[in-house]
Amino acid sequence: MDFDPTEDQRLLGDSVARLLASEYSFEQRKSLLGTPTGWSERLWSHYAELGLLGLPISEEHGGFGGGPVDVMLLMQAFGRHLVLEPYLATVVLGGTALRLAGNAAQQGEVLPAIAEGSLKLAFAHGERQARYDLSDVRTTATRRGDGFVLEGAKSVVLHGDCADRLVVSARTAGREDEPEGISLFLVDAAAPGVARRGYALRDGTRAAEISLSGVALPREALLGPPDAGLPIVERVVEAGIAATAAEVIGAMEAMQAMTLDYLKTRQQFGRPIGDNQALQHRAAEMLVALEQGRSMAMLATMSLEEEDAAERARAVSMAKVGVGQAGRFVSQNAVQLHGGIGMTEEYAVGHFFRRVMVIEHLFGDTATHLDRLADQVA
Amino acid sequence: MDLRFTPEESAFREEVRTFIRDNLPREIHERMRLGYPPRKQDTIAWQRILNAQGWAGYNWPKEHGGPGWSPIQRMIFLEENLSAPAPELLSFNITMLGPVLIQFGTEAQKKRFLPRAANLDDWWCQGFSEPGAGSDLASLRTAAKRDGDHYVVNGQKIWTSTAHNADWCFCLVRTDPTAKKRQEGISFLLIDLRTPGIEVRPIISIDGSHHLNEVFFTDVRVPVENLVGEENRGWSVAKYLLGNERTGIARLGKSKERVRFAKEVAREVRKEGRPLIEDRGFRARVAQLEVDMKALEITQLRVVSAYAKAGGNRPDPLSSVLKIKGTELLQASSELVMDVGGPQAMPVWQQELAALANEPAIGPDWAPQMAPNYLMLRAASIYGGTNEIQKNILNKAVLGL
Ligand SMILES: Cc1cc2nc3c(=O)[nH]c(=O)nc-3n(C[C@H](O)[C@H](O)[C@H](O)COP(=O)(O)OP(=O)(O)OC[C@H]3O[C@@H](n4cnc5c(N)ncnc54)[C@H](O)[C@@H]3O)c2cc1C
Repeated sequence: MDFDPTEDQRLLGDSVARLLASEYSFEQRKSLLGTPTGWSERLWSHYAELGLLGLPISEEHGGFGGGPVDVMLLMQAFGRHLVLEPYLATVVLGGTALRLAGNAAQQGEVLPAIAEGSLKLAFAHGERQARYDLSDVRTTATRRGDGFVLEGAKSVVLHGDCADRLVVSARTAGREDEPEGISLFLVDAAAPGVARRGYALRDGTRAAEISLSGVALPREALLGPPDAGLPIVERVVEAGIAATAAEVIGAMEAMQAMTLDYLKTRQQFGRPIGDNQALQHRAAEMLVALEQGRSMAMLATMSLEEEDAAERARAVSMAKVGVGQAGRFVSQNAVQLHGGIGMTEEYAVGHFFRRVMVIEHLFGDTATHLDRLADQVA
Repeated sequence: MDLRFTPEESAFREEVRTFIRDNLPREIHERMRLGYPPRKQDTIAWQRILNAQGWAGYNWPKEHGGPGWSPIQRMIFLEENLSAPAPELLSFNITMLGPVLIQFGTEAQKKRFLPRAANLDDWWCQGFSEPGAGSDLASLRTAAKRDGDHYVVNGQKIWTSTAHNADWCFCLVRTDPTAKKRQEGISFLLIDLRTPGIEVRPIISIDGSHHLNEVFFTDVRVPVENLVGEENRGWSVAKYLLGNERTGIARLGKSKERVRFAKEVAREVRKEGRPLIEDRGFRARVAQLEVDMKALEITQLRVVSAYAKAGGNRPDPLSSVLKIKGTELLQASSELVMDVGGPQAMPVWQQELAALANEPAIGPDWAPQMAPNYLMLRAASIYGGTNEIQKNILNKAVLGL
């Protein structure tokens, strides 16, 4: 058992904290939200220089050779500042797909480009009708000549509007809902037949609807084994759950700190509102939720390298439930204890609230994962 | 004891339901069914239709233009209107200003303001809260100094809902800064928002909408005839306003309508190849809400009946139970519908703007509105006296702790 970061992790954490402290104030973030892309190319290059974009990428591919714990610490820092850049989409989701499923040529081409900041990815798996069912894929990839033709549509693709390449799931066999018959493809976002419509999610991060009509792909676009893509999709989603769990921890820390500060400074009835024991207890309950959530984010992170797929999935589902519930409790109470000011766009707490809300509705919500666990109660 | 409605009450419910069904404009109904808040023109149009029927002042006595309904009838009316769903009557006009003028207003004030309030010819807003005076309302500082036959008002209000739509504002102002108790020295003033010296600034809320405002008063001259009740006795007017008419406070009809809608859309949404409505976990969550709504419905009936028997004057401290549980259920039902939408509820997507641009919707047409509804309803446990303050009231007034 060891819960302490290594010396390297501490140094990395410090430099990230310094960067975000100077570049990611609430006001600076707000001006980024107002730009057409909704995030900063300049900071993206900064992240590349600091080695953050190559954090979980092997040294052989120009990365830092880090592991899930490094990503967790980084995502937690990102959560404290509500970082808007497409790190989750590119490095965590796209990068994990490439690392797990890419052949030597694909990895050699894509991973170094991610690490140096010249290539962005998006994970185009979810479809409108699928909600949280990972095997619900209608998009088809039909064999034609030596390659494939894609037909279908992907929905709420995180940062799908700015990605250079898309990791697209499609049926090469089987019926909708069948676990077998899904394959992954690496698709150029500018390829003929790919149409993207970008928009903001409620937390200001970007996403896109992507339609694929008659997108012709060479055989080399296939990412991983044909018809057996679902286990890779599952691992990518697990990596996404662990990373966003860490982000929620950072967001909860920020909300907890803001709320405590407000309890000490806001005066009503001639004294700080924090003098009311009712509110002291609420703040204590928020702390309990935050610490329980933190433990679950650690569980998700440490489970990512577990070989047994069922064990891994179970731990990650537990974490999704635990962090989802903690996040909802902490964010709802953070707004409540601020009163009217907590309801305003001009105040930071609502922005954290919405990030936590969006994350809860990604990769399977609390009810979905609780249901999965309920199926396994023995 | 009998939990059933009398035949007369059931017939009344049927009459209200039929009227709403036959008279609510289709477009307004469809927007609201999909979860969109009513626009200004929707609220005005519907309130005028109700007013033509004599129902807009639903809680006002007959001699002041109301239908003269019993508390049970009022409750039935509100529930039918909410669960239709139809736009709510503008509460500032109907449940706040109206009863205050009827109780404390001069004949001239009643004649001048009540008919226009009922018909929404004047849109009213409520200027109580200030930056330093939220839960502790009695610490308000906006000052009104007597100058001949005018008061001169200086200060700032905040969280003033719909002030940007409003023609008039009823305000609490401090007329005697030297009063020994803070509750003394406060007066209740009616202020025409077109008077020089008033500035209304928007506050955007976390759902992205413009509902809230700050209102600044600089040397605003208000005729003394716009004072309601006696000078320096405004606190009892405000207490009457806040304590009066608690039947609608739980907004139970809204929660019922949202849960019904969640069940409807859960038939369209799939989970593991089956409609979500068939999922045990989802059904258990709905069942839990239905249990809580049933309990609240009966509690509400008990409070309303007791209120009716007591002659309908004394606010019942149990109305804090209605506020706490009612807002919790509103919030929980909005969470439920949002969760049904899942990822499709997360995009910022305004159907109307999209339709103008000829853009297809993202996901089902109801989904993108579910997150902003959830976000805005976080305020339900803040406005109208926070739920913490409601619990303090229960402690003091009922538990004696
Ligand atoms: C959407 C919205 C619409 C509104 N519309 C209007 C309007 O139209 N007109 C108007 O005048 N006002 C309006 N308000 C203001 C509303 O009435 C106040 O926000 C509310 O009274 C709380 O005051 P506050 O925001 O200053 O919070 P505060 O009073 O500062 O409270 C902050 C937190 O401390 C808690 N707290 C405070 N005192 C105690 C205590 N003694 N014991 C335990 N807990 C305590 C509160 O419960 C809250 O959680 C609106 C508010 C919102 C959010």
